[in-house]
Amino acid sequence: MSDASYNSNLYENEASFGDYFALLKPRVMSLVVFTALVGLLAAPVSVHPVVGFSAILFIAVGGGASGALNMWWDADIDRIMLRTKNRPIPAGKVRPEEALAIGLTLAGFSVVMLALATNLLAGAMLAFTIFYYVVVYSMWLKRSTPQNIVIGGAAGAFPPVIGWIAATGSMSFEPWLMFAIVLMWTPPHFWALALFMRSDYDDAGIPMLTVTHGRRVTRVHIVVYTILLAVLAIGAAFSSFGGPLYLAVAVVLNAMFIWGGIKIWRRDEDMSEADNFAVERKFFRLSLWYLFAHFSAILVEVGLHSYGLGGWA
Amino acid sequence: MSLKPTHELHHRRFGRNLGVALVLAALIAVIFGLTVVKVTSNGFQFSNAEEQG
Repeated sequence: MSDASYNSNLYENEASFGDYFALLKPRVMSLVVFTALVGLLAAPVSVHPVVGFSAILFIAVGGGASGALNMWWDADIDRIMLRTKNRPIPAGKVRPEEALAIGLTLAGFSVVMLALATNLLAGAMLAFTIFYYVVVYSMWLKRSTPQNIVIGGAAGAFPPVIGWIAATGSMSFEPWLMFAIVLMWTPPHFWALALFMRSDYDDAGIPMLTVTHGRRVTRVHIVVYTILLAVLAIGAAFSSFGGPLYLAVAVVLNAMFIWGGIKIWRRDEDMSEADNFAVERKFFRLSLWYLFAHFSAILVEVGLHSYGLGGWA
Repeated sequence: MSLKPTHELHHRRFGRNLGVALVLAALIAVIFGLTVVKVTSNGFQFSNAEEQG
């Protein structure tokens, strides 16, 4: 091989701006932005728009930093799984050391900037979230327990709490209710994915519930979590951010979600394979709408509150 | 493979540089905006220590 051809290969794989952006897991970041925004706007204090925008931006950057550090740590298993093999590090676009440097820099930057823009507690909470996702979930528990998704779900559930604290500077019950909704929503969402991305987690040696306890047990877990989640999500209608509109949305969506869970529970592998996991895929898509609709309903209720409408009063 | 100035790689590098420039410009705008809001807000204090003292 000549030097010229070697260099050609090297340059072909040189990263674009989009590859570096992909390190930040933009799709996860969009969930972080949305739920943090709802947490911030649902708080019973007014926030200057510039401060609010900055807070959401720095929370998003913190989420992106977590994504980059997760990709750095998980590069070995990302190479194996179909779902992740095109990520920037396994695709050879970004070197692991670059991802580590970007992740650490953005993590430090986002925490300091959020603390300066809002308050120390919000900065500390963001720092804890990054630590939790990267160290507790990615490095420690993801590869050692079948409850990895349940525990990892907490990391994705922190943004509304951070948003609320950024606005108020203090802890309160309501954002933890939002936290609980995201926490309980995450397992059925990912277990449905694990059912139809069949061999991915197995090949990578990740102890997903589908691998350690079997697919039958996973189906049971999905339906149990949808019921527990429904109690929580519908109960939240009677909190300070709830109201009739939120209740209507929660009742309809939770009924659909439980029904989806029951349909998954009643199926066996032969039935699923016959239609290429159509029910599981539909449930997964519904789960995305589920979370979006609940947090949108909270946002609308909060908006109505400011005009003297909404809520139960 | 020759690396002429018009090679796709140059476009990619330009895109990357432009992206970084835009991110930095946006960062300056955000920090400037935040500074203006903080300094002009009614509760502006130099530090928490002074606030408590």
